[in-house]
Amino acid sequence: MADIKEIIAARVAKELKDGDVVNLGIGLPTMVANFLPEGVHIVLQSENGIMGMGPAAEKGKEDVDIVNAGAQYVTVNSGAMFFDSATSFGIIRGGHVDATILGALEVDQHGNLSNWIVPGKMVPGMGGAMDLVVGAKKVIIAMQHTQKGAHKILKECRLPYTAVGVVDMIITEMGVMEITPEGILLTELHPDYTVDQIQAATEAELIISPELKPMVL
Amino acid sequence: MKNKIMTAQEAVAGIHDGATIMVGGFMACGTPEILIDAIVEKGVKHLTIICNDAGVPGRGVGKLVSNGQVKTLIASHVGLNPEVAQRMNTDIEEDKLECILVPQGTLAERVRAGGTGLGGFLTPTGVGTIVAEGKAVIHVDGRDYLLEKPLRADFALIRGSVTDKFGNTTYNGTTRTFNPMMAAAADYVIVGACEIVEIGEIDPNNVVTSGIFVDAIVGGEKPWQI
Repeated sequence: MADIKEIIAARVAKELKDGDVVNLGIGLPTMVANFLPEGVHIVLQSENGIMGMGPAAEKGKEDVDIVNAGAQYVTVNSGAMFFDSATSFGIIRGGHVDATILGALEVDQHGNLSNWIVPGKMVPGMGGAMDLVVGAKKVIIAMQHTQKGAHKILKECRLPYTAVGVVDMIITEMGVMEITPEGILLTELHPDYTVDQIQAATEAELIISPELKPMVL
Repeated sequence: MKNKIMTAQEAVAGIHDGATIMVGGFMACGTPEILIDAIVEKGVKHLTIICNDAGVPGRGVGKLVSNGQVKTLIASHVGLNPEVAQRMNTDIEEDKLECILVPQGTLAERVRAGGTGLGGFLTPTGVGTIVAEGKAVIHVDGRDYLLEKPLRADFALIRGSVTDKFGNTTYNGTTRTFNPMMAAAADYVIVGACEIVEIGEIDPNNVVTSGIFVDAIVGGEKPWQI
């Protein structure tokens, strides 16, 4: 099997349409840009003030005044724009970002998301995540299905929320799930797994789509 | 015309123990290091710092945290500076840091509100989360919003790429961040400038922050590696 993160990133990339404005979270979501289908060009928004972000800067050619939201040196594409943080989050809350892709500590069957704090253990802060998931038109959670076997896709989140009822889709190495008013609908299953295996790795009860397909790879 | 150009030491002379200071930048990109250094040298304590993040140890606000000068930090993200968590959890009263986490967009807009005469604003961000605790929830046209209040400060530390002698300022790349909003939201505004030019040398089309907001200009700032 290919690298798990690559499988997830490659599948997420297929959700993006030509011309979409997209904000990618730090880590796995950043990899999505490497797997865009032929002919799909997206505009990357970086919340620290870029529309039209390009790839990471080549070593030795960095402009130290241009970083992404993970404080890595990046480039900008032709036609890019820089702006301040109030403008940036106006763009985000205003519904001008088509999709945001980020990781999660927990997601539940109501589309609630927890990904910014583990009380008493880890308090990194929410950064821009709370604004992004509330403002973006589509919220895709890209993550490994479990945390070393521990469930992450739950009936109810146990950690403090990032936002309530915002998640549209969850993509893991095991499959593709959509949040519906009835619960979590499994629409694609990775060929390496059975329905029983993905259900066992999920606390919430999955609704199996009548049109369940092998995961598009 | 009033001369605004001075040394870093002169510019920070009025900063006192317990002052509230806004600091521009994002992960120290767009933070005026020479002004941070002057505050470290001055040694004032019990500061309230309003900044997007805590920088990293040895850069930006991280230097003030390391030096034990920050009592309260209002920020959106502190995860890349492990010293913040250490100081939040310390039992040594003198070293203790209080950290108030604010969603990044809400923080930017609260600063903007503080500088633009608004009594607050309504945002959907944080509804249903612990961020909503103690805040009014206001229902408008079928959606819930939190009432978020403005933020102001005694001082703002701004990082200019090019600043003229009136204080008109431009920002390169992603150094803009919180700088323009903070320049309007503090009583005394200091720009650490990479380049100082004569009035008229910056095309008015390119000025982002007007010199009317600026009280002091300090040269010698430079692009820094993070």
